[in-house]
Amino acid sequence: MSERKDLIQEFVSVPAAELLETVSDIKTKGYRLGQICATTLDDVLEVLYSFEKDFTLKNLKVETPARSAELYSVTAIYPPAFIYENEIHDLFGITFKNLAIDFGGHFFKIAKETPWNPQAHEAREEIPEAPEGARKDPEEIQEGGGE
Amino acid sequence: MGKRTVIPFGPQHPVLPEPIHLDLVIEDETVVEAIPSIGFIHRGLEKLVEKNEWPEMVYVIERVCGICSFGHGWGYCKSVEGNLGITVPLRAEYLRTIWHELGRIHSHLLWLGLLADGFGFESLFMHSWRIRETILDIFEETTGGRVIFSVCKVGGVRRDVSNEKLDKIVMTLDGIRKETRELTRVFLEDSSVKNRLVGVGMLTKQEAVDLCAVGPVARGSGVNNDVRCDGHGAYPELNFEPILEDGGDCYARCKVRIRELFQSMDLIKEAATKIPDGDIAIAVRGNPSGEFVGRMEQPRGEAYYYSKGDGSKFLKRMRVRTPTNANIPALVKTLQGCDLADVPMLVLTIDPCISCTER
Amino acid sequence: MSYITKSPWVIHYDGSSCNGCDIEVLACLTPMYDVERFGIINTGNPKHADVFLVTGSINEQNISVVKQIYEQMPEPKVVVAIGICATSGGVFRECYNIKGGVDTVIPVDVYVPGCAARPEAIIDGVVKGLGVLAEKKAAMKEKAIAVLDTEAEAPAPEPPIEIQVYGSTEPREHGGAHDASTPGKGEA
Repeated sequence: MSERKDLIQEFVSVPAAELLETVSDIKTKGYRLGQICATTLDDVLEVLYSFEKDFTLKNLKVETPARSAELYSVTAIYPPAFIYENEIHDLFGITFKNLAIDFGGHFFKIAKETPWNPQAHEAREEIPEAPEGARKDPEEIQEGGGE
Repeated sequence: MGKRTVIPFGPQHPVLPEPIHLDLVIEDETVVEAIPSIGFIHRGLEKLVEKNEWPEMVYVIERVCGICSFGHGWGYCKSVEGNLGITVPLRAEYLRTIWHELGRIHSHLLWLGLLADGFGFESLFMHSWRIRETILDIFEETTGGRVIFSVCKVGGVRRDVSNEKLDKIVMTLDGIRKETRELTRVFLEDSSVKNRLVGVGMLTKQEAVDLCAVGPVARGSGVNNDVRCDGHGAYPELNFEPILEDGGDCYARCKVRIRELFQSMDLIKEAATKIPDGDIAIAVRGNPSGEFVGRMEQPRGEAYYYSKGDGSKFLKRMRVRTPTNANIPALVKTLQGCDLADVPMLVLTIDPCISCTER
Repeated sequence: MSYITKSPWVIHYDGSSCNGCDIEVLACLTPMYDVERFGIINTGNPKHADVFLVTGSINEQNISVVKQIYEQMPEPKVVVAIGICATSGGVFRECYNIKGGVDTVIPVDVYVPGCAARPEAIIDGVVKGLGVLAEKKAAMKEKAIAVLDTEAEAPAPEPPIEIQVYGSTEPREHGGAHDASTPGKGEA
């Protein structure tokens, strides 16, 4: 009977400034990007990056303030990350800088604002939008936030 | 050089009943670029963790997708079990493995049917789905449901299957093995089928690694990331070897799935002889307070189930990353440079499940 | 099933279903259940269809799609909501992107509950829908006959109208179809 490799998983917290450095380090070690997801904790968004190698997991946790969530994109290191980053941008309102393939808020076609990160929406509403903003088109609003 | 045209592919399109949307930039008949976008069946079910207590959430997660429903339920349970640090009785792990492999057979037969329909071979579609009904009958007999059966729970399974019934399942599978062999021979040897599959949609091993492809897409290019190797369920006690093909084209991906069909039948047969007696569930106490990433090898590939608890009855976050989601970059890559008429084939060979992807 | 005198064609749309009901709808078409023996064919063109099968609940994104398909279908038409999600939203009722059952957008004639709805139930629902279709057709026929009657009788009551004209100075439209038909029947 082989060992339970699925139980071996580590969670490492990384400051946002060191994210890219750590991720490229992981890439050189031969890890594969598993997934990226975000979690709303009171005032901060926790973004989890999962990497896999030989069936063991390594998870990086990065925090960013919920009201003005912003992170560097890892698409330069792992190109397929664009799927997850665009999704998180559309659902949680996190802006990813230097995103290789930026859908500008049009990846997830949803008609309403999502309730995942209300603080980012509040912050956005405080900034007066262009006249089209009154049209209540969240895609427009998100696009405004994305650029 | 021809003029570039953008063809919107979907939400209603010839491949699946599901709404997937691709913007295909084409030049003459060749696809230059494919831009995916999703969201037509986005429900936001991950948000329901705030309204459903964690033992009940399994019903919602099972409905992420109706095709690999059991695997989703198991993945969720695995994630919460890891979070709570509990070990499930071995009989439960065996039963889960058997149901999961049955689910793989049903899903692959369903996919073979859709593939046949995709290249216009309708009688093959009908035959695949006819054989698939046998598997659904087994599900119904053992769990009560045909596609969604809510038989997995945190700590074990809800229903036991008697050893006599397991023998009967093995006999039923032996019964359809010959028919399945005949059916799959058409997929692998018929020249009209090979014309549509061989050499179409090449994905090299390096590309599969770089694009983090999962499941049969990766295995069709010779990359092993079959999560069943990681030692969960009853797999470590079974004679399990991941199936790899190195063709990298649609034919190789099809072949991987066909070989997996028979492998699953073998695994079930083996599991039915090795299954130990004992409890099928253990009592679960306390609430999840840590975090855990559970991984499952779904018929479509590796899926992630991340659970984060705060010690209350409600999880803080439940995230499902499904195989189709991870295979979109590989799909976009293979679509570049293909013929417009091959687009349905390429989309089908990643076995897309949009309901999973958008949740 | 003697009332099935025509071959009803169905169109299927996946609202935001989990695929469970979709594969069961497809299973209805395959050899085990084989609805084609009733002349039921799954078509992709709403203008060919008599029965509209909707699986999954309605979300903000597909309201217009469902409405469009419904409007494009010729009369008489029947809508069958398949599965509990299409009926009421089901387990996803409380999701942020879900509006509710199909009846929040278009009128539904038959509800098929179940998660996922079984093929037998789906076939039952469609057959029930055919009853509704026959009723609607009969109602349409009656209405058409009524219209035809009034049209056919329209020339006949001309003399009474003339009488009316003699009797009163009111314009003709005031007499209307109803008034005009009564004396017409009396004459017959």
